Amino acid sequence: MSERVIELEILRYDPEQDETPRFQTYSVPYHDDWVVLDAINYVKDELDRTLSYRWSCHMAVCGSCGMVLNGEPALACHTFLRDYPDKIRVEPLQNFPIERDLVVVMDDFIDKLGSVKPYVVAKQEQDVDDGEYLQSPAQLAKFKQYTACINCLLCYSACPQYSLNDAFVGPAALALAHRYNLDSRDAGRSVRQDVVASNEGIWECSFVGACSEVCPKSVDPAAAIQQTKIASTGDYFLKFLMPWRRK
Amino acid sequence: MSRRPYIRKPSKSGWWLAQPRYVRYMLREISALFIGLYVLVLMIGLYQLSQGKAAFDEFLASAEGSLGLAFAVVAILFAIYHTYTWFQVTPKAMPLTLGGKKIPGAFIIAAHWLGFVLLSAAMWLLVRS
Repeated sequence: MSERVIELEILRYDPEQDETPRFQTYSVPYHDDWVVLDAINYVKDELDRTLSYRWSCHMAVCGSCGMVLNGEPALACHTFLRDYPDKIRVEPLQNFPIERDLVVVMDDFIDKLGSVKPYVVAKQEQDVDDGEYLQSPAQLAKFKQYTACINCLLCYSACPQYSLNDAFVGPAALALAHRYNLDSRDAGRSVRQDVVASNEGIWECSFVGACSEVCPKSVDPAAAIQQTKIASTGDYFLKFLMPWRRK
Repeated sequence: MSRRPYIRKPSKSGWWLAQPRYVRYMLREISALFIGLYVLVLMIGLYQLSQGKAAFDEFLASAEGSLGLAFAVVAILFAIYHTYTWFQVTPKAMPLTLGGKKIPGAFIIAAHWLGFVLLSAAMWLLVRS
């Protein structure tokens, strides 16, 4: 197996030392089958123990290693070094405060995710003895794509609307709200609408579509948001046509 | 150890130059402006038509002048781009299923283009006759 060398230009920020972030360059020998995360692990293990970053599964499942690679949000474990020339600029996710080096503060997303109640709000609580909430394959197919979200935040990093207005609920949270709204076992749509259909919810999205382009799991949050807009517009008109209808 | 998260401020005016996809988005949004302007020109034409033959001929002459033609070319290019981007996103906003199976996005887009061609042909025939 051939071994080449790539330069990693990593954005460093030490809150105890640095006023502003700075780039630090590392030369990393690598193999053809290495991903960016392997190179960062090499830096941590062999060159500089002070480097901080998040990672866990190394297989695009945990969603921890989202970073900006040469300006593009990507999972470091899902991006091969061989696809780059001889230098990669590695930055933390855009649109989030930098805690340290490549670690961002994701509290804002966690709060927003919670606000859309991303879980099944049952129509009627049923006793454990009564068995499972049943669902047919066709009912599952309606929302399955949106269950693939791993909360990696690449979509938030790519979204210029979130960048300009951080009150925006954002792509992943809205896609997950849509996922539960489409679930046949769920009855929580009207509760979620207060957040989802607000000005800071779906209506803040202008369909740039960057979220879907960078999503490593093909969730397509942009599609979820547009479909929610159509459903919410329907609600708006139905309110006039059938005022007696429940929200 | 104290926390001191660093916030990188985005550029309020130049953000759309940061990535090619943002530039494409801005072009898509700006295309609406040219369509709006073309509608305005069309309304002026209609008004001139209501003012009699001389007024309408004057409108036609200016529309066929170099400035009018240049505007028409730019407007139609933006209109085509607008149409293209609009049709491209239809499968996202309006996914369809048939017999429990998802209809491929390419089919939905192709159906829109087919409708576009048929309607344009019908309009052309109507104007020609």
